[in-house]
Amino acid sequence: MNNRIIYFDNNATTGTAPEVLEAMLPFLKDQYGNPSSMYAFAGVSQKAVNKARTQTAALLGARAEEITFTSCGTESDATAIMAALRAQPDKKHVVTSRVEHPAVLTLGQHLEKEGWSVTWLGVDDKGRLSLDELAGALSKDTALVSVMFANNETGNIYPVAEIGALCRDRGIPFHVDAVQAVGKIPIDLSSLPVDYLALSGHKLHAPKGVGALYVRRGAPFRPFLRGGHQERGRRAGTEAVPNIVALGAACELAAARIGEENTRVRALRDTLQQRLTTDIPDCIVNGDPDNRLPNTLNISFKYVEGEAILLHLDRYGICAGSGSACTSGSLEPSHVLRAMGVPFTYAHGSLRLSLSRYNTREEVDYATEKLSQIIDRLREISPFKE
Amino acid sequence: MWEYTEKMRDYFLNPRNVGEMKDADAVGEAGSLACGDALKLYLKVKDGVIADASFLTFGCASAIASGSALTEIVKGKTLDEAMTVSNSDIARYLDGLPKEKMHCSVMGREALEAAVRAYRGEPALPAGSEGRIVCKCFGVTEEQVVRAVRENNLTTAEDVTNFTKAGGGCGECLREIEAVIADVVSGKSGDAAEKGTAGAPAGLADWRKRKSAGAAPLSNVQRMQRVMTVLDEIIRPRLRQDGGDIELVDIDGRTVSVALRGTCTSCPSSRLTIEGFVQQTLQEQVEAGIVVREAVS
Ligand SMILES: Cc1ncc(COP(=O)(O)O)c(C=O)c1O
Ligand code: FES
Repeated sequence: MNNRIIYFDNNATTGTAPEVLEAMLPFLKDQYGNPSSMYAFAGVSQKAVNKARTQTAALLGARAEEITFTSCGTESDATAIMAALRAQPDKKHVVTSRVEHPAVLTLGQHLEKEGWSVTWLGVDDKGRLSLDELAGALSKDTALVSVMFANNETGNIYPVAEIGALCRDRGIPFHVDAVQAVGKIPIDLSSLPVDYLALSGHKLHAPKGVGALYVRRGAPFRPFLRGGHQERGRRAGTEAVPNIVALGAACELAAARIGEENTRVRALRDTLQQRLTTDIPDCIVNGDPDNRLPNTLNISFKYVEGEAILLHLDRYGICAGSGSACTSGSLEPSHVLRAMGVPFTYAHGSLRLSLSRYNTREEVDYATEKLSQIIDRLREISPFKE
Repeated sequence: MWEYTEKMRDYFLNPRNVGEMKDADAVGEAGSLACGDALKLYLKVKDGVIADASFLTFGCASAIASGSALTEIVKGKTLDEAMTVSNSDIARYLDGLPKEKMHCSVMGREALEAAVRAYRGEPALPAGSEGRIVCKCFGVTEEQVVRAVRENNLTTAEDVTNFTKAGGGCGECLREIEAVIADVVSGKSGDAAEKGTAGAPAGLADWRKRKSAGAAPLSNVQRMQRVMTVLDEIIRPRLRQDGGDIELVDIDGRTVSVALRGTCTSCPSSRLTIEGFVQQTLQEQVEAGIVVREAVS
């Protein structure tokens, strides 16, 4: 046993980067002024929030005034979706996919109960959407299209530019849940036809409790949280200054390190995938290998159950995720894998390994070795192995 | 993260009595691959006493620990004593299970019962084969719900989900589960639990006999019950072998609408599955005039 943690669960949350912690600390200590107050001491906070807005906008190729800070990714998603719907009360149709994060999925189900009609786009066995199906679903009554940039479980990247073009042609607002994509792949909103884009700090090495929403200038908007005039009335509530400063710093850092995500981190992920698929029989990689986040590997092992794998990994300090029923607190395996039609024999045994720039080759080697042993052991006690 | 006891962790990480027993006198199974956990229990019986026990499990950590604990508990017990082992005995042996995981201990008890029944030459009672299905997502019968409620003094539908999985899928059966709980509490389901089969359709063998004897045409209710039983006993197990599953959507007269699930949905031959295997089986086992349709979702 060792006490070292090997953290391969960066799609669940990430560690706060040291630079980010340093940037936010003064605002947790002495610089506690309320940005709205009228004295120089508070002005320090106001300036810091403005700087963070510029840093966040820069990472996305957006203008500072198009960024609104929120408390998390879920809030950004909900704010955007409800903003678009409230602004077009006469339109009652929404298009989204079956593989969205619960932040959008559950809201969509709720909207159905409230009288909206929702088109749930299916995916193929690699988790890919069909643009034709999407185009066919759009109508005069469509108030919003919401599709994620990248999937949290498989890492699949969706064709945001193409979907955005279809929407723009028809004048339909387009929301993108980019919580998993921001910081991992380049995003340039100055050229992407996107109207709303959600991100979350804790997925890119800022702490939990902060998110941001991009609203393209001119896109319809109605506030979700009403109250004070903070965030230009788009999101009332005193700004979480330390967290916002942290998010700004994390965005600046991500912009500087995004090349590394797509070279060194990608190579680590590819090594992991290559070694696991070679060493362990009867496993499949879930998702679209040609269009995936550079850090994510979702792999399923036949005849074994995901939670059992995770608990064994935990013994070696290896942190990972699974789409098995037993890890979700629900009793059914991941809705994403089911939408893809992954056979039950594989769906229950899925493992998600999501890396970050803080991972090393040694960690990959160690995890591969341990994982082969664990799968062997679990298969020995499985009644289904041949 | 679930909170597991030290003992449960130990029985998961170092499972006792693992493996197939080649010369077993009795084997009992519970759960299924499609549901995400399954247990196979092997018993060696000498003079009415369980001399040895072993198991294989597909499932989460608590399923593995429950199988492990079960084998330790039953060794040395007479068959009669073994039949009184309850799911809470298994959970207690592990110093407790998180309540969301109690269904793993229930699966242990079911496998044990199946093994003892097999040894005694009594008909097997595979999960979901008897009685009215309350939860179609997990194929849980009213009897199973009643039993879990009584043995563990359950009071809410959430409890029932934790112990039997019923209600943990689409959630459509939650109200019905609440109704069953109310019946148990008010004493109405007393007999159903004791006899196990009260109000349930007669066994398959019985039907086949009646069918060949040219019995009277089926009533709607009879037909529905038979269709459900054949789906559960014959059709679903076959599809599950290939990672698929089937859901009964509607029965209207002789027209049965089903939806294929799991691998079946993406399988290019799903039409063939429905028209060939499913329809043919229902025609053979239930009634010649049955037509099977795929429900459009
Ligand atoms: C794709 C996606 N959307 C939304 C969220 C929700 O973000 P948060 O946890 O910040 O609310 C997550 C987090 O897991 C996510 O992966
Ligand atoms: S029918 Fe019981 S959960 Fe779906």
